[in-house]
Amino acid sequence: MNRNLILGAGLSSLVLLAAFLSFVWTPFDHAVLNIPAKLQPPNGTHLLGTDHFGRDLLSMIMVGARTSLAVALVAVGIGMGVGVPLGLSAAAAKGSWLDELIMRGNDLIFAFPSLVIAILITAVFGAGAVNAIIAIGIFNIPVFARISRGAALSLWEREFILAARVAGKTRARISAEHILPNIANLLIVQGTIQFSLGILAEAGLSYVGLGAQPPVPSWGRMLADAQTMVSFAPHLALVPGCAIILTVLGLNLLGDGLRDWLDPKLRVARA
Amino acid sequence: MSLKSFVFTASSVLALTAGAAVAKDSITIAMQLEPPHLDPTSAAAQAIDSVVYVNIFEGLTRFMGDGSIAPLLAKSWEISDDGTVYTFSLQEGVAFHDGSAMDAEDVKFSLDRARAEDSTNAQKALFAGISSVDVVDPMTVKVTLAEPNGSFLFNLAWGDAVIVAPESIEDIKTAPVGTGAFKLADWVQGDRIEMARNADYWGEAPVLASATFKFISDPTAAFAAMMAEDVDAFDNFPAPENLPQFEADPRFQVLVGSTEGETILSTNNKQPPFDDAKVRQALAHAIDRQAIIDGAMFGYGTPIGTHFAPHNPAYVDLTGGSAYDPDKARALLAEAGLADGFETTLHLPPPSYARRGGEIIAAQLAEVGIKAEITNVEWAQWLETVFRGKTFGLTIVSHTEPMDIGIYARPDYYFQYDNPAFQDLMATLNATTDPEARTALMQDAQKTIAGDYVNGYLFQLAKLGVAKAGVLGLWENAPTAAIDLGAISWAE
Repeated sequence: MNRNLILGAGLSSLVLLAAFLSFVWTPFDHAVLNIPAKLQPPNGTHLLGTDHFGRDLLSMIMVGARTSLAVALVAVGIGMGVGVPLGLSAAAAKGSWLDELIMRGNDLIFAFPSLVIAILITAVFGAGAVNAIIAIGIFNIPVFARISRGAALSLWEREFILAARVAGKTRARISAEHILPNIANLLIVQGTIQFSLGILAEAGLSYVGLGAQPPVPSWGRMLADAQTMVSFAPHLALVPGCAIILTVLGLNLLGDGLRDWLDPKLRVARA
Repeated sequence: MSLKSFVFTASSVLALTAGAAVAKDSITIAMQLEPPHLDPTSAAAQAIDSVVYVNIFEGLTRFMGDGSIAPLLAKSWEISDDGTVYTFSLQEGVAFHDGSAMDAEDVKFSLDRARAEDSTNAQKALFAGISSVDVVDPMTVKVTLAEPNGSFLFNLAWGDAVIVAPESIEDIKTAPVGTGAFKLADWVQGDRIEMARNADYWGEAPVLASATFKFISDPTAAFAAMMAEDVDAFDNFPAPENLPQFEADPRFQVLVGSTEGETILSTNNKQPPFDDAKVRQALAHAIDRQAIIDGAMFGYGTPIGTHFAPHNPAYVDLTGGSAYDPDKARALLAEAGLADGFETTLHLPPPSYARRGGEIIAAQLAEVGIKAEITNVEWAQWLETVFRGKTFGLTIVSHTEPMDIGIYARPDYYFQYDNPAFQDLMATLNATTDPEARTALMQDAQKTIAGDYVNGYLFQLAKLGVAKAGVLGLWENAPTAAIDLGAISWAE
């Protein structure tokens, strides 16, 4: 076990725990406004203080974690679910028109700054969590397509794949039965990193008002709301800001740790 | 950072030394919105009036900072005994910025243009009662009304009624030519408008030689610009939460006044279930105005119970009729057959009174079982879907035109209130000139719309001006959207 893995897993599970806990319990109801109690700094009753409507920040952060994780998770799911089959097909049909079509299509998506397209999508279909998920998801597709194609290409040269081909298995079956399990490590590591990028992207979209709409709490919007109050209520910005930093840090450490842990070469070296 | 503050100190020392010799004669005033163009006679955008009203364009009459009406291009006037013929004597020696003289022909042109069939004037109703405009001689104009109109001189003071010249009308949107004390010097789109003193101004020469209007839409940037003293004043500061900091800082003065902005929870009176007065009454009782003022405006704003400005002498305080009472709201919903509540939409335009107020209202409505789904929209989208499209349930907006209770007499107006009795009342009001009778009618009108719970009446929008301590002559209140540069000067 390495330190990165432990620290990363610790931070990530903390966020996960907070998100799941929020389904059954939060210190206060995150949706109830209590304006006389607004802008309290962290204290005994409100551990992280209250916002400009007197809502409990800890409760909002917990429910906001739910929004962030859900958006990022589904977005990574879309990216993997579409990107990996595309990448595997491209690798299996290396050099053919299909390979070209898939990879140039990926280049096309990559060529656009993701936030610009996300804004376009939400402008056309309306702001909201679902459209944010779709926008972020689309930009995960080429990442996974490239990774899986690259890794699969080198596997296609290996003897055990040749053996499978000699045994008469179709390319599709080989991709599913032999290639995919062998690139799974890579995908898990990349998935963790994309997950953290997804959380950042969700925060960015909500910050400009295109993510989850009020009253659903979202870390990015909490930051945006805090902007004009930073000078007299810094906790309003620090709390969601730190939540984003710690989550992204945790997931990145987790990804790093997982890579070290899952990498067969390093595993041999450790043994 | 320390180097920067050193430079700042050094430059302010320099400025002080210079200031001792000559009083400052330029000012930079920030506004949140940039005008789309500079023709006040063809658009409703407030930002246009803020920049050009009285500065570039002048009307026959004008608003003063206290809301009173004063003569401007009309030196004096006579009203016929039956109240239908107004004979205006114009100021002598008035020239437009291009040098051409302002005379009765220009007045006739301006008024006829505003009331024409194909006029794009945003407030055509102001001119609807005019039956003819006649030139008596170059310095005299006779305006004949179909019926007496007690608010005619008030109507002529609006930015929509300024006098323009036929020679320069073509390019008015980018090169406005008026009779005012300031001329347009430069317009850097997206950043600023610069104005220079009109050396040939007919009236008293302004103290300022030049002025710059700077457009800063982001509240955080507005705060930074003020704090760094990049701008000398902010016309209406967008972030009320920052005002205590300006108040505590001796470098600044804060001018809290009133605007003509009735901030209301506009309700689509034709959309079920809001076509039922009981449901609208339930809405009214579900709303806690003070919580909205405290939460969204940080305490700045006066609760209102009808669509009328509290600083108007004819105002009646009707807030008691729609006091916060969630139990009553629930009971009323049950009476209307909606005991389980219902779902609706809540469109919120960008200003913080709407965005923050909307979150508070949505939470308050949820308490009584009404689920209002919030949609944040930009102004263009708001105009499209809410104002023109009328596809909305609820929205929050501040109606900033002065004395605009007349919009309730327009059944096709976006909240679609259609009450013939109220329309008759407005017609009677327009035909009445006796001040006391007018006051009584205006009070009836206020009570009628409050009693019908047409919209949720929230609060009168405050005008939150911030300026450097030495700036004099800024309007505290905003009887109309205007930044009267002629009144501004610097303390010695």
